[in-house]
Amino acid sequence: MSTSLTTPERDPDLHTPLGGVSLTAGQLPRGAAPGTLVAAAVAGLLLWLLAGWAVVPCALLAAASYVVIVYTWSRAVEGPRKATDRFVTALVSGAFLLALLPLVSVIVTVVSRGAARFDAEFFTNSMLGVTGEGGGIYHAMMGTLIITGLATLISVPIGMLTAIYLVEYGRGKLAKAITFFVDVMTGIPSIVAGLFAYALFVMMFGPGVRMGLAGAVALSVLMIPTVVRSTEEMLKLVPNELREASYALAVPKWRTILKVVLPTALAGIATGVTLAIARVIGETAPLLVTAGLTDGDNFDPTDGRMTTLSVFSYYEYQSPGLFAEASFDRAWGAALVLMIIVMLLNLVARVISKLFAPKTR
Amino acid sequence: MAKRIEVKDLDIYYDKFLAVQGVSMTIQPRSVTALIGPSGCGKSTFLRTLNRMHELVPNARVEGSVVMDDDDLYGPNVDPVNVRRQIGMVFQRANPFPTMSIYDNVAAGLKLNNKRLKKSDMDDLVERSLKSANLWEEVKDRLHKPGSGLSGGQQQRLCIARAIAVQPEVLLMDEPCSALDPISTQAIEDLMLELKANYTIVIVTHNMQQAARVSDTTGFFNLQGVGKPGELVEIDETTRIFSTPSQKATEDYISGRFG
Repeated sequence: MSTSLTTPERDPDLHTPLGGVSLTAGQLPRGAAPGTLVAAAVAGLLLWLLAGWAVVPCALLAAASYVVIVYTWSRAVEGPRKATDRFVTALVSGAFLLALLPLVSVIVTVVSRGAARFDAEFFTNSMLGVTGEGGGIYHAMMGTLIITGLATLISVPIGMLTAIYLVEYGRGKLAKAITFFVDVMTGIPSIVAGLFAYALFVMMFGPGVRMGLAGAVALSVLMIPTVVRSTEEMLKLVPNELREASYALAVPKWRTILKVVLPTALAGIATGVTLAIARVIGETAPLLVTAGLTDGDNFDPTDGRMTTLSVFSYYEYQSPGLFAEASFDRAWGAALVLMIIVMLLNLVARVISKLFAPKTR
Repeated sequence: MAKRIEVKDLDIYYDKFLAVQGVSMTIQPRSVTALIGPSGCGKSTFLRTLNRMHELVPNARVEGSVVMDDDDLYGPNVDPVNVRRQIGMVFQRANPFPTMSIYDNVAAGLKLNNKRLKKSDMDDLVERSLKSANLWEEVKDRLHKPGSGLSGGQQQRLCIARAIAVQPEVLLMDEPCSALDPISTQAIEDLMLELKANYTIVIVTHNMQQAARVSDTTGFFNLQGVGKPGELVEIDETTRIFSTPSQKATEDYISGRFG
């Protein structure tokens, strides 16, 4: 250890500085850590390719040996603080790579398999009368957009008004109860939401009812808590000073909320809503029960079965029929389209938050 | 414009905690009244009761009376919004609305209340308010840029312009210069001296030189002890408070001997 310190006497009254800390410390040579990483990776590769080990143990072994070598080396040269720093940095980066793995894997799989059916017919035709190859997802795309759009129309007003109540007005037991039930709603399994919506519509329209609106209701049950939570967080971020500034100008409370608090939080709220949409747009189970499946175009959410991308994808995979390969291609194609829609929604969320964010220049 | 405020036996509570006790004072129109005293003695709390901002804190309440000319501000049918229409406020930390331009910030008092003015009248009002706040020359070329892009001192003057754009009777200022440099402070003090020709101004300050420079009357608040309510020790002409105060506590505080 280069920082060879003798612990100085501690003054019980803290009136004298402790002193004795050297300002210089040992350092690993430049490129030591990356070099070790490369060496460990090469060793792992060799084990995998030449010794014929499986991939996972090789990768784990390489990672572990990197951590051990760098930690001991650094501890010997740089001292325990920097060694711990290197150790934790390695752990954090490792966790990040581990989290990235499934994501990359999903993207690669969906893109490579879904790309097979990226033709004009796929986007303009429905499945009406198609038994073999060909066919398209136009009906499912429209179904997804209509049902999710309706769900948004239902959940955003309810969710935002609830959040405004909780942040601006709610005091005491009622507010606590609402917060509690919103939390409970966040944890509702999506199939339960679907069954709830189905039961509700059966009460109104009789057994066996299937319609897009029921699907939208099921999705909004899932969406409302997310919208409430994100809006609530954003409203809480609005500084109280702005509300006071507004009150001091003799602006009533409701106008203050409408014209000062909401505009200030708008960017965050819009982002939250978009992410809530992205979260429910891929739901399958509740839509299976409520909206069902149909081969043809049906753009009327109050009349009969309606197909969505996820349900379509599920059915193509679950009952492929005689021309299985064509069915699988359609299923992956629909999955890819869904993924692209979600990605676009995320981009939209970013653009919105840029556009609405309070500017300083 | 400019009204007299009579405060009588005012007790101010946060829930069950008595924060300020037994304040009686007369605030003269067309003058600057400064409130000084150590931290936590209830100056700001008292100031906020003058335009009923105090009750925005849950369970906060007051006992006693605050009468502006002939209207009891805490009378049974008084709408706090109407009180605030006549008594404006400037806060310790400049708080321009971040979503609004400089122009809209000044016009906020009208725009947020949906008062429609002709464009030329509104332009005129914004210009006059900014001129009164000594900010016009610095911002006239960027009226439609966001208000949060200004410096701290400019933002505070923007907040003053915003407060006087609605032409209140009384202007309350809660340590308006505590976050500002001496030059901005000077600008705001000059402004107060100009504004007192038309407004009743009450200012809370920790800076005794400032109180001596700008105010006609000074009130000294103090705490009896830890956990005890704050109270108004004495209020008198500023010159007398700073030369021959009648209370020993005031003299100790002014001369730096306290505690």
